[in-house]
Amino acid sequence: MLNKHLNLNPKLFDSDVEQAPLRDGFGKGLVKAAEINEKVVGLCADVTESVRMHWFAQKFPDRFIQTGVTEQHMASCASGIAAMGKIPFISSYAMFNGGRNWEQIRTTICYNDVPVKIAGSHSGLSVGPDGGTHQALEDMALMRVIPRMEVVAPCDALEAEKATVAIANTKNPSYLRLAREQTPVITTADTPFEIGKSVILWDNTAQVDCIENRKPPTKNSRNSRVAIIACGTMVHKALVAGRELASRGFGVIVVNNHTIKPLDKSTLLNVASKVDFVITAESHQIYGGLGGAIAELLSENMPKRMAFIGVRDKFGQSGTGEELFKHYKMTHVDMVNAAITFAEG
Amino acid sequence: MLSEAVREILKHKANEIRKDVVRMLAIAGSGHTAGSLGMADVFTLLYFYILKHKPEKPNWEGRDRLILSNGHICPVLYATMAHAGYFDIEELWTLRKFGSRLQGHPHREFLPGIETSSGPLGSGLSQALGMAIADRMDFGNQSGRFFYCIMGDGELNEGQVWEAVLHAGKEKLHNLIAIIDRNDIQIDGYTHEVMPLEPLKDKWESFNWHVQEVDGHDFDALHGAIDLAKNVNNKPSVLIAVTVPGKGVKEIERKPEWHGKPPNKEEARRFLMELEKDF
Ligand SMILES: Cc1ncc(C[n+]2csc(CCOP(=O)(O)OP(=O)(O)O)c2C)c(N)n1
Ligand SMILES: [Mg+2]
Repeated sequence: MLNKHLNLNPKLFDSDVEQAPLRDGFGKGLVKAAEINEKVVGLCADVTESVRMHWFAQKFPDRFIQTGVTEQHMASCASGIAAMGKIPFISSYAMFNGGRNWEQIRTTICYNDVPVKIAGSHSGLSVGPDGGTHQALEDMALMRVIPRMEVVAPCDALEAEKATVAIANTKNPSYLRLAREQTPVITTADTPFEIGKSVILWDNTAQVDCIENRKPPTKNSRNSRVAIIACGTMVHKALVAGRELASRGFGVIVVNNHTIKPLDKSTLLNVASKVDFVITAESHQIYGGLGGAIAELLSENMPKRMAFIGVRDKFGQSGTGEELFKHYKMTHVDMVNAAITFAEG
Repeated sequence: MLSEAVREILKHKANEIRKDVVRMLAIAGSGHTAGSLGMADVFTLLYFYILKHKPEKPNWEGRDRLILSNGHICPVLYATMAHAGYFDIEELWTLRKFGSRLQGHPHREFLPGIETSSGPLGSGLSQALGMAIADRMDFGNQSGRFFYCIMGDGELNEGQVWEAVLHAGKEKLHNLIAIIDRNDIQIDGYTHEVMPLEPLKDKWESFNWHVQEVDGHDFDALHGAIDLAKNVNNKPSVLIAVTVPGKGVKEIERKPEWHGKPPNKEEARRFLMELEKDF
């Protein structure tokens, strides 16, 4: 059952669901954040329109700094700006902003303890045709391991907008994971968002549990309660998989885990306590990102069998998003199959 | 020109600072000797004559900012700060020890008065530039604050430095002053062998900086150059301060092998005697 309290997009399962890129949400959110707080400044490394910082740059030309193609310098320059009391957002593609400038982010931003906000656009497989060089599949792992860093991967454009406004208010450095492609809009303006608060989008476990002598979802099924914990552009696929599994008799909880760090331990452990099996889904390597974070949390507190949906130690390649998700076994069907395999196992 | 009296005071201070650098490094048993001794005159002039700062109020907003990009020469920064009154001289002997505020490479979180954490080379100029831009955003050209960035010459091998040099030229930041420790050594040997930098002046000039080459041990020349740099409008300034690594201790001067090693107890005694005698 979709969570009624979240004011989700009523058309979210429709084939003509509204779509928008996460980066657009960032661009709008940045203008909002800048209107609210005059300390917000923006830096970009020659991809301003592409990462949607141009709306900010047009509205606040005196607070925009074009650094040219200098991601390493941009990160440290923002550190200096933050040391003077401002809140700089730095933006480029995740592969370069988060990837190329990792050590500058670690030392001059996080170790230095200044609130620089890092927007990594064009993350994940869905960059598609640009190919493997441009598909950042390691960025959440890279960012998550740095002390003090917050890591946020919003699920749709509206959430990206809210996340942008929200990270402008935290005193820590933050990494905001964005994507280029059209992504179904799951939330509405009225859907709550809070950094560090995971969102239960779907939960039909109560209904399933109360049906006496219910029909098992598969032939020999014993373990039929499953959680799908997803982030970013994979959340919509997780919802589609969740609904499908529910229709087959599974008890399913679908979590939008937009904040990878700090993890919402209480919500996640509570979810885990209600299920037999946990699936994580991310457009990222299965190592070190969302799946890694959840595995660390569960194995320390409440060990569960898990399946990891993501790229399995491979580089990306050119193709449409759809082709690539199929190739790397990252569609909603793969999530459904993971649950069935477990239930029958 | 500095007055005779001021010059003598600075010389004396610099010598005291050199001696403390030797003591600190010997006690720590590790750390970087050559660059620390070589830059003692520059640091002395900055902290005792140039910088606008309040050692008893290290976070005073109106202060100039000194960004040490080549963090490994922090012994001279710490010693100078102690002599300037930021903390007790006694604390210098905790360098590199567990629980010390004087980390092996400077850490802003631990010691007030340190503007940026550094050690990984190449990112200080970017940070100083960011601060200078923020200052201009808030105050135009009116804050009166200057942003000094100290860098090594080997450090200039780092690509990020040139990203910042390029960007600073574009921004025409009059409040940004870089000072290069041109001592011709780095870890693997002489800078002119490891990775030749010449013509260095031309390089910076071609990136639209105001460039001065200056003797890094001549207080009058240094003072004159910094004064001029502060009065250059519309351009960032760089001083290529030619220094002698290990300055003050003849047996280690100009020797790359002293880049990153401390004197042992016996050597320290010898070095201290020489510094005492020569003064
Ligand atoms: C990014 C980075 N790479 C390598 C090092 C190791 N390292 C420390 S000092 C140094 C040589 C720097 O030469 P220079 O700036 O001229 O310093 P000097 O020897 O003159 O003190 C190197 C390679 C480092 N600290 N940071
Ligand atoms: Mg050198």
